[in-house]
Order: sequence, then C-alpha cells, then structure tokens
Amino acid sequence: MIFSFNTSRSSGHWAGFSLIWYQELFQDSRMQTAIAYTLVIAVISTVISTIIGTFSAIGIHKLSTKMKAYVLNVNYLPVISPEIVTAIALMMLFRSLRINFGFGTMLLAHIMFSIPYVIIALLPRLRVMNPNMAEAAMDLGATPMQAIFKVVIPEIFPGIIAGALMAFTMSLDDFVISYFNTGNGVTNLSIEIYSMARRGIRPTVNALATIMVTIVFIVVIIGNNLSIKRKIKN
Amino acid sequence: MHESTKRFSYPYIVWISIIIVIPMILIFFYSVIESSNNQMAFRFTLENYQTVLEPLYLRVLWHSFIIAFSSTVICLIIGYPVAWIISRFSVKKQSTLLILFIMPMWINMLLRTYAWITILERNGVLNSFLALFNLGPLDLMYTDFAVILGMVYNFLPFMILPIYTAILKVDQSLIDAARDLGASDKKVFTRVMLPLTIPGIITGITMVFLPAMSTFVIPQLLGGGQYMMIGNLIERQFLLTGNWYLGSAFSMILMVFILISIWIMKKFDSDDVTQKGKGVFPK
Repeated sequence: MIFSFNTSRSSGHWAGFSLIWYQELFQDSRMQTAIAYTLVIAVISTVISTIIGTFSAIGIHKLSTKMKAYVLNVNYLPVISPEIVTAIALMMLFRSLRINFGFGTMLLAHIMFSIPYVIIALLPRLRVMNPNMAEAAMDLGATPMQAIFKVVIPEIFPGIIAGALMAFTMSLDDFVISYFNTGNGVTNLSIEIYSMARRGIRPTVNALATIMVTIVFIVVIIGNNLSIKRKIKN
Repeated sequence: MHESTKRFSYPYIVWISIIIVIPMILIFFYSVIESSNNQMAFRFTLENYQTVLEPLYLRVLWHSFIIAFSSTVICLIIGYPVAWIISRFSVKKQSTLLILFIMPMWINMLLRTYAWITILERNGVLNSFLALFNLGPLDLMYTDFAVILGMVYNFLPFMILPIYTAILKVDQSLIDAARDLGASDKKVFTRVMLPLTIPGIITGITMVFLPAMSTFVIPQLLGGGQYMMIGNLIERQFLLTGNWYLGSAFSMILMVFILISIWIMKKFDSDDVTQKGKGVFPK
C-alpha cells in the first residue's frame, strides 16, 4: 500500500529533484482529454444510472415474486460475470447493431454496468421501509408520484447516495469495459495509462500517480476526520 | 406503496433484456456457429469448443487456474492474520488501519499495477536497492512471480475486508467462554474463531479468485506480451485475430467456470455455516 508512494520516484536512479514531468503532464493534451472524458462519462453515467436505478428499484420491489426473481437474476449477471465477458458481450451487441464506437457506446456501457449496483444498494432499503407510509400519504390525497417523491425517495435517500457513489467510483476506475467499447480516439484515464504502460515507462505516469495518490490521501483523511467527529457527536 | 408503481420497472426490464440478455445469447450463439464466406450464412458446429480443448489452449486454462489459485491462497495466508491484527486494535486505530489497506483501491487499478513495473523492472527500484549490496540484478518482470504479486497486491483488500467483518461479528464472550473451559489458544482458533469466520473467508476467496481468473490487464502488464491467461486469450480473439467464434467459446468456458465456482462456494457456505452456526447460536 505504501509502495504506491514509491511511484513518485522515477525508476531506480535518483537524478535530482525536478518538476519537469509534472510540467509535461500538464501539457500533455492526450492525457487532459482522457481525464476530461473520464470525468464527463463518470458524472453523466452516475446521474442517469442513479435516476433509472432508483425508479426501477421502486418498481422491482413491487413485482410479483417470480418476476422479481427473474429481473434480479439478470440484474446480477453483470455483477458476477467477469468484466471481460460483459465487455465483449456489449461489444458484440453494438457491432451487431452497427452502432459507431465512441463516446456514446462508452457512456451506454458505463450506464449498463452501473444500474445493477444502484438497484442492489436500494432494494434492502425498500424492504425495511414501512409500506404504510406511502399508503398513508396516498390516503391523505397524494398522487402516487407525490408519494414517491415526498415519502419513498427521502426514506431511501441514503441508499441512493450509496448507489450513486458506487456507480461513480466504478465508472472512474473502469478499464476493461471501456477498452472494448470505445473508438474514434475517445479514451479514458485507464485506457491512456494502459497504452502508456505498454509503450514503456513514462515518467509522466509516475507524476500522475503521485497526484492521484495525494488527492485520494487528502480525501480519505478529510472523510475519516468527518466520520470520527460524527461518531463522537452521536 | 401503490401496486401501480411496479410499472416503473417495465422500462428496466426491456433495457436489461436488450443490453444484458441479448448480448449473453449472442456470445453463446457465436460460440456454436461457424462462419462461411457469405456474410449471412452460418452453420452450427462444436468446432470452436474442440479448438478450446487443444493442448495449447488447455495449458493456458490450467495455467490461469494455477495462477488464480496461488494468488487466492497467498491472499488468504496474508489476509487472515492482517484482518485479525486489525481487529485487535482500538476502534479509532482500526478505522485508520483499514483505510490504509483500502486506500490503494481508490487509486486507479492500472496505476497500481504500473507502479509494480517501476519497482520490479531491471533498472527498477528493487534492483537499484539490491545493487547497493552488490546483489542482483534479478529478472523479476515478465514472470509468474510478477503476475502473482500484482494480483495479490490488487486483490488483497477484497480478502481482508470480508474476513475483518466476520471477525468483528464474533462474540468476544464465546472466546472467553472457550478459554474459561480450558481451551488452548490453538483450540480457540480452530474450534471457535475459524468456524465462525468461514463465511468471511468464503466471500474473500470468491472475491479474489474470480477477478484473478479473468483479468487480462495484470498478466499483460506484468507478464509481458507473450504471457497468456484466459483473459488474454479472449482479448486476443476479439481485438487481434478477430475470431469472435473462438473468443465466444472461451468466454462461455470462463462463464461456466465462474458460475460453477459461485455455486460451489454458496453451497459450501450454507452447508458449513448454518450447521455450525446453529450449534453456537441456538436461535
């Protein structure tokens, strides 16, 4: 774990301190587009899959037992199957439909593998929710839509956040599925690093790794402090 | 909630049918057909599966299994004691330690694997270090060792977390009771701790073995271009040679393999735990 900090040192010899690789990284336009694509796709796919996932989960929760079992089993497929199988399955679908590979296919693929996680995060919440609350709201004159927005969604909100976070991190980190379902020069961070690593060691990757480790470290420390404070408060 | 809300699931049912079910059927379909020169014509055949059974490919399958299996065993050997040690600390230290172990998971997996190249390569960190003592250089890159190391490093958190959770769930009074009744440390571990943490161990094994079996990134980067595991085979069939039929057959084999292991582990899990669990917690 601490080894990842080793990456800040360019391999082996230490020829003195310099920021030249950082400079190069920030001037590397390919890297910048890749980072931009990664973020854009992660944000869009998270928003879409959270919305679709939430409504689908509410619907699935109400399905008959048999239908529910079928939907959930299919829903689990992308979760349990190896990424590479999901990736080539999608690729074959897109190819068969003659869809041009690029931003669209990559986004669709990310939405596809994110929704199951949102649903899995939400269903337990829906199960423990008191069903009488929505009923009561509707008895008091709320439309089903109002009942969902005013009662159900606030009730399961922590699950929605958990699902969205999961979708977001999965999308940020994804390599295999993006790798098979992209084209037209659209890449994300993982694909860019992969091609760099195959071309040979590039010190810019070390610089990038250092930056990412630092960001993660700061986020983790802040998050940890917050959660400890919350624990103390409670 | 009103019954009518179930219609919210209908669009999703259509969506999963298109984007999950149909592609899976496509893989199966491609694995049992053979193309001819005519684009639309095809005939059913088991030839793709026969090709899979050729010694060359069988060796790759066996090799994948061995590598994944060794990585899982090493993860378990390291992961269990680590989870145990973490669980012995005070609550505040526990969360810090856990975060230290989980943190690498938030860093892009490719970067993590890439970091090992920097360490293991011929002019890398490790060999420079050894050179200080006039040792080496060792050729560590592009070996089974490098691949297993990469896997253990990448998947270890998946082993530690479930075991840690299982250890936390064990009621301390059970251990105290066993001690009071005269059990030695070893007995406490084999008769109380181990059986109660089996669900965690099983989850950990599943979560390490399955990705280790199917990854193609780690063998590609740390094993080199010629290194073959089943994931690399599939990747090659689709992106390099363009033989979708054979690639699909490999995918089907991988899928069946994974479903069987999940099934075995589930069975193992429910058999073992419910019975032993009943003995300990007569609820």
